[in-house]
Amino acid sequence: MSESAGTANRLEREWPLWEVFVRPNRGLSHVHAGSLHAPDTEIALQNARDLYTRRGEGVSIWVVASTDIHASSPDEKDSLFTPANDKVYRHPTFYTASDGVPHL
Amino acid sequence: MTGTAASPTDTASVAADRGAVAEYALRLGDDALIAAQRWGEWISRAPELEEDVALGNIGLDELGQARSLLSFAGSILGRTEDELAYFRSDLEFRCCHLVALPRGDFADAVARLTVFAAYQLELYSALLSSTEPTIAAIAAKAVKEVRYHLEHGTSWTVRLGDGTPESKIRMTAALDRLWPYVAELFDTDDLEQQLVADGVAVDSSTLRDPAVGRITAILAEAGLELPSAPRVRGGGRVGRPSEHLGYLLAELQVLARQHPGATW
Repeated sequence: MSESAGTANRLEREWPLWEVFVRPNRGLSHVHAGSLHAPDTEIALQNARDLYTRRGEGVSIWVVASTDIHASSPDEKDSLFTPANDKVYRHPTFYTASDGVPHL
Repeated sequence: MTGTAASPTDTASVAADRGAVAEYALRLGDDALIAAQRWGEWISRAPELEEDVALGNIGLDELGQARSLLSFAGSILGRTEDELAYFRSDLEFRCCHLVALPRGDFADAVARLTVFAAYQLELYSALLSSTEPTIAAIAAKAVKEVRYHLEHGTSWTVRLGDGTPESKIRMTAALDRLWPYVAELFDTDDLEQQLVADGVAVDSSTLRDPAVGRITAILAEAGLELPSAPRVRGGGRVGRPSEHLGYLLAELQVLARQHPGATW
């Protein structure tokens, strides 16, 4: 009882979690790099700089509160993703290149 | 130097100048080295893992500055950076007392980070135009690092000063403990003035207004007052080291002294 109360107290006091996205030097979009704890956005950005861009990996950082990320459930994997595989016309390999387009 | 040939006196004065330059580089390098050692002590002791890494990185920045400055001093003195770091006694170090102060609590770390970074930012900004190319080059790299240190210190000063009643009390107490050691950063002496005339060094006393101005603005944002505690005597630049320096050096130097030339 007291132990679980202590854990709850600790979790409450712990800094919130943030997801870090870094845009690499040669990339066009931000890529998820990892997560970290920080008390607010400004410190989160500073910590992200220390944890994920120490070796000159990026040119831009986004941080997003983890609680603001809404993820698909693994249980929905079949209904969400499987149909794509049996719709062959969605894939470029379904189509043959015309003879008149040699460089396609 | 109006004569056509350099007299022995001229040669001697040039040599003395190089000695002064080396001494000046030791002052800056020792500040950075001892600051780095203290920041390293924070690893595993900060409030969160992320802050361990932040303070550790800041320590590594300082260590990089120390290595460049001690190597440069060593190139004049005929000693390596390791010899200067590991085989000098506390009386031979030239760092200010502020950097050697014991680690303290997290508020002490935030106060020291903010104040020392404000000083270093003004120092390195001024040294960008040093006539000594190596010092100017080191300053060019360091100025970007300490700007980030100040940013990080500012963020935390504002959060602790303008946070809870408890954090405000502790931040105020930390600033009061630190303040007596701040004045020494802006002390100047004959050696420095000689190098100022040569364009090598910056007059430390001219850094006071801009650095304290920065600190005052940060404290105002944090709802804190600039402390008014009287200064301690100082003397770190001329071989009257902090009472805490010897203990710090014992830990810093023990491995190199017990196993000279050890590598891994």
